[in-house]
Amino acid sequence: MTQAEKFYYDNKSVKLFGIATLFWGVVGMLVGVLIAFQLAYPSLNFGIPYTSFGRLRPIHTNAVIFAFVGNAVFGGAYYILQRVLKTRMYSDLLSKIHFWGWQLIIVFGALTLALGYTTGKEYAELEWPLDILITIIWLVFGVNMFGTILKRRERHLYVAIWFFIGTWVTVAMLHIVNSFELPFTWLKSYSLYAGVQDALVQWWYGHNAVAFFLTTPFLGLMYYFVPKAAERPIYSYRWSIIHFWALIFIYIWAGPHHLLYTALPGWAQALGTVFSIMLILPSWGGMLNGLFTLRGAWDKVREDPILKMFVVALTAYGMATFEGPMLSLKNVNAISHYTDWTIAHVHVGALGFNGFLIFGMLYWLIPRMWGTTLYSKKLANTHFLIGTLGILLYAIPLYWAGFSQSLMWKKFTESGQLQYQFLETVTHVVPMYVLRALGGTLYLCGTILAVYNLRKTMLAGTFIANEAAEGIALRDQPMPKGKHHWHSVIERKPIRLLIFSLVAVSIGGMVEMMPTFLIDNNVPTIAAVKPYTPLELQGRDIYVREGCYTCHSQMIRPFRDEEARYGEYSKAGEFIYDHPFQWGSKRTGPDLQRIGGKYPDSWHYRHMNDPEEISDGSIMPPYPWLLEDDLDTTNTPKKIRAMQKLGVPYPKDYDKIANRELREQAERIAENLRKDKIKADSRKEIIAVIAYLQRLGIDIKQDKTAQK
Amino acid sequence: MIVTIFLLSVSLIVALIFLGAYLWSVKSGQFDDDYSPAHRIFFDDNLERSKNQKTR
Repeated sequence: MTQAEKFYYDNKSVKLFGIATLFWGVVGMLVGVLIAFQLAYPSLNFGIPYTSFGRLRPIHTNAVIFAFVGNAVFGGAYYILQRVLKTRMYSDLLSKIHFWGWQLIIVFGALTLALGYTTGKEYAELEWPLDILITIIWLVFGVNMFGTILKRRERHLYVAIWFFIGTWVTVAMLHIVNSFELPFTWLKSYSLYAGVQDALVQWWYGHNAVAFFLTTPFLGLMYYFVPKAAERPIYSYRWSIIHFWALIFIYIWAGPHHLLYTALPGWAQALGTVFSIMLILPSWGGMLNGLFTLRGAWDKVREDPILKMFVVALTAYGMATFEGPMLSLKNVNAISHYTDWTIAHVHVGALGFNGFLIFGMLYWLIPRMWGTTLYSKKLANTHFLIGTLGILLYAIPLYWAGFSQSLMWKKFTESGQLQYQFLETVTHVVPMYVLRALGGTLYLCGTILAVYNLRKTMLAGTFIANEAAEGIALRDQPMPKGKHHWHSVIERKPIRLLIFSLVAVSIGGMVEMMPTFLIDNNVPTIAAVKPYTPLELQGRDIYVREGCYTCHSQMIRPFRDEEARYGEYSKAGEFIYDHPFQWGSKRTGPDLQRIGGKYPDSWHYRHMNDPEEISDGSIMPPYPWLLEDDLDTTNTPKKIRAMQKLGVPYPKDYDKIANRELREQAERIAENLRKDKIKADSRKEIIAVIAYLQRLGIDIKQDKTAQK
Repeated sequence: MIVTIFLLSVSLIVALIFLGAYLWSVKSGQFDDDYSPAHRIFFDDNLERSKNQKTR
C-alpha cells in the first residue's frame, strides 16, 4: 500500500514577491503620474538631469513591467506551481536567490537609468552588466521551476503550468537575442545590430515582451485564480489547452507590426500584420474562457471585489487584444502610430488586465496565507471603483488626443500647405494630458488603498510560512492505463536533461552564430551616407543618454504630410551606422531625422537651454546642464574602436586622431555660436549635441545637391 | 537583411521547442483527460485548516 507523503508549501517566497509587487507598484505608478504631469507642466522636470522626462520614462516602464508585474508573476507562479504540482518548490535557496537577485536588478536598474546609462532600446534599456544578471536570475527561476515540475506528485500539468513554461522559454530567448551588445566601458555598450536590423530585433523583442511577459504568465494566473475565486472549474479545459498552443505558436511572428510604413522590407511588415490578425482567435479564446467560467456566478460577481476585478481584467484583455490586431492593419496604423493612441492601448492592457488581475490575486492570496479574511471588503470595492474610473479617465482622453492629433498632422489647406504647425497640434492635446494624469492619479490612489487594506489584513492574521499538504509520490502512482510508451521508462531524469540541453544548445549555438551573421550586413548602402564624426558620435550618445527617443522619432513614413513636414521619407541605407537605432515610437515632439541644417546652431543652443523661450507653449523639458557640463572626451578612442569592431568603416588608427578632429569641429561650432552673440565654450556637451542634430539626415540632401 | 534570417531561425528554434513539448504532452497522455484537471485544483485545502473544520 502506498503511503501519502506529508510536505509543506513554501509561502515565504510568495509573501516576499507579493510585498515587492505592492511596493514597486506604488513606486512605478508614482513615477508614471509624475511624467504624465510633466507632459502638461514642463516645469515639473525641475531642470535637472535625474528628473527629466527622458530619463524617468524608462524608469516608469521598467518599474511597472519588470518590478510590479514581474514580482506579481513570480509570486503567483510560486503559489500555483506548488499547489497544482503537489510539492514544495524545488529549492528554497534558489527561491531566495531568485527573489533577492530580481530586487537587486530593479534597484540597480533604476539607479543606472537615472544616471543616464541606457542602451536606448525601449523596454530593454538596462545596460550590459544588468543584462547578464537578468540572464542568470532568469536561469535560476527556470531551474527552480523545472525542478519543481520534475519532483511533482501530480502527473498532469495543469494548463497554468504550460503558460509559465512558455513564458520562461521565450523570454529567455528574447532577452538574450536582443541584448547582444559590445561593451566599451563597464557600464556602457553599443548594440551589435545597426539601423533596420536593430529595429527589427528590438520590436521582435518588444512585442514579445508584451506577449510573453505581460500576457502568457497572466493567462496562467487567470486559469488558476479565476476558477478559485469563483469556486467553479474553468469553463472549458480543452479550450484552454487549444488556445495555449495556438497563442504561443502565433505570437512570436507578430513583432513587425510595430514597424509598418518604416524602412523595414514590405514582406516582413505583411508577415507581422497577418499573424497579428490571426492572434485575435487565441486571445479571445482565453478571454471568453475566463468570462464563461463565471456563468451562473454573476450574483457573486456583484458582491465580491475580487471577481469584479477579474471581470474588468478579462474585459480589458479582450478589448486590448481586439484593438491590437486592428492597430496592425496598415491603414489604421497610419493614423495611430507615433500618437497617444498607442499609449492608451497599452494602458488598457496594463492597468486593466495586468493591474486588476494582480490586485484581485493579492486580495485572494494574502488573507489565505495569513489564515484570516480580508480586512475590509468595502475598501476593496472602493479600490475597484476608483481604479476603474481611473482607467477610463486615463484611456478616453488619450484616445481622443491620439486620434485628433494625427488628423491635425495630416490636414492640408486648400492651397496644399500643411494646415497646422507641429506645436499647434501639441498644445491642442495638452488638456487631454491633464485629464490622463488625473486618471493615473486616481488609479494610484486605488493602489494605495490596496496597500493599506492588505497591510491591515496581514496584521490581523498570522503568517503561515509553511503550509502542510499531502500527496502520493509520482513513482508510487500507477501509470495511466495503456500509456506505457517506450519513453515512460526514461521519463523523469532524461526530461530534465533534455530541457537543459535544448536550452543550452540553442543559447550556445546563437552565441556562436551571432558575430558572423551581423557584422557584414547587406542592407542596401547609399554611397553618400558616411559614419558620424567623433563629435557627432559623442553627441549621439548624449541623445541616447537623455532619452530623446522617448519623445522624438527618426523615421519619416512615406506619407504626403510627413514628407511636407519633415522631408524625404527614410531609407534603410541611412541607418547603417546607427548602433543602436533611434527610430522611436512616439512623437510627443516632431520627427528629427532630417533636422540637420534646418535651424542655425544658435537656435539649438537656446532651445536646449529653455525650449519655451524659442517656441511658446512647448512642453519639452529644458536641458541647462548640457550647457554647463564638460564633454567627456577620454572615451572617444574607445568608442571609435568599438564602432570599428562593429563594422563602421573609420580609417585605420582613426582612434588616435579622433579627439583632435573632435576639437576642431567643436571649435567651428563655438565660432558659429559666437557669430550669433553666444559666448559658448567649445568643451561643453551642448556642442556635441548640436553637432549631432545638425548632421541628422543631411547626407542624402548633400548627395542631391551634388548631382544637380 | 541577414538579421531577418537570424530572427526567423531563432523563432523557429522556439517554435520547435514548443512543438517538441506539444508532442511530448500529447504522447504522454497529458491531454487525454480534459475533465478532471479543471476540478482537481479545488482539492488542495491545507491540512491544518481542514482538521480545524472537522474538530469544530
